[in-house]
Amino acid sequence: MALRVEHEIHTRRKGRNFGVLGLLIGFVGLVFALTVVKVTELGDAAKFEKFDHVARPAIIPDQDSEVSE
Amino acid sequence: MTDMTVQNHDHEATMGDYFALLKPRVMSLVVFTALVGLLVAPTPVHPVIGFIGILCIAVGAGASGALNMWWDADIDAIMKRTINRPIPSGRVQPGEALGIGATLSCFAIVLLALASNFLAAGLLAFTIFFYAVVYSMWLKRSTPQNIVIGGAAGAFPPMIGWAVATGSVTVESVLMFALIFMWTPPHFWALALFVKSDYGRAGVPMLTETHGRDATRKHIIVYTVLLVPVAIGLGLTSIGGPVYLAVSLALNAWFLKGAFDIWKRDDAAADADNYLTERKVFKVSLFYLFGHFVALLVEAALRTPMAGG
Repeated sequence: MALRVEHEIHTRRKGRNFGVLGLLIGFVGLVFALTVVKVTELGDAAKFEKFDHVARPAIIPDQDSEVSE
Repeated sequence: MTDMTVQNHDHEATMGDYFALLKPRVMSLVVFTALVGLLVAPTPVHPVIGFIGILCIAVGAGASGALNMWWDADIDAIMKRTINRPIPSGRVQPGEALGIGATLSCFAIVLLALASNFLAAGLLAFTIFFYAVVYSMWLKRSTPQNIVIGGAAGAFPPMIGWAVATGSVTVESVLMFALIFMWTPPHFWALALFVKSDYGRAGVPMLTETHGRDATRKHIIVYTVLLVPVAIGLGLTSIGGPVYLAVSLALNAWFLKGAFDIWKRDDAAADADNYLTERKVFKVSLFYLFGHFVALLVEAALRTPMAGG
């Protein structure tokens, strides 16, 4: 048998849960906005690639041409 | 099997109770002065960075408020003014306040470091430490000069706002700090003269009770006189100008006159008119600080077109 008694405590908890939800969404939005601003302030998208943890041969200066010279 | 656990939910707090831990009224002053510090700085700040900077300063101030309420719960429960705060009224557990204060402090400092720079984050960390440890845990209960040194915590926000924009501490930001620092004692003691407090019962040494009310009147005039060169001096720096100087001269004359009036009378005279002068000077002190910071904003606004053109 399911208990369906609504107690005042449930309303209070509901308000608190929604409060936490709002704070979390706000925090995600904040970090996202900060990331966008920090990246766009770099001016050049290639600079952003340097923060990538994966090796990007395309952005490494061409050493072969220097050696051949 | 029918296990039942009866729990007492009376202490379960609402979101509003947690928000009250952050001392929203104090936070509004912090937001205003930090915003002025950020806006009058010569370096432009991206609006998102500026918003996050102010948010971090406000949250840091709120966190130190929560830590203060956690530490002072015992005396808050004794004094009439503070008995309805979330912890003494039983709505929030002391451990919750400590947890919220510590977590929000870390959050604010780390985010400020990521969004702006380490100097601003370091100043915020020091401010929280100063208010929660130096003021709340150490000075508040040990010296009647508590409000003087504790006032430093409230004076840091414009300096942090300036650091968010410029990444430095300069004479301008030091003088903005000094303005609030020197303003706090006469402002607070004017209030202490006409509000019947029960700090004595709670064991908190306040100047009005340890050294008497006449000594407090003398302290008000001395600190107000010392405040004048700081306020005028700020007008002679790069963020000052004729508008600021004019406003500052008028406000200083007004505040000095009030402090002089307080000094000239005694409690018998004050009792006769229900502390009319003291109440008036307290209001003047609010206009004083607000006026100075608004004048700084006006000067910054006047400079902007010249910088652009």
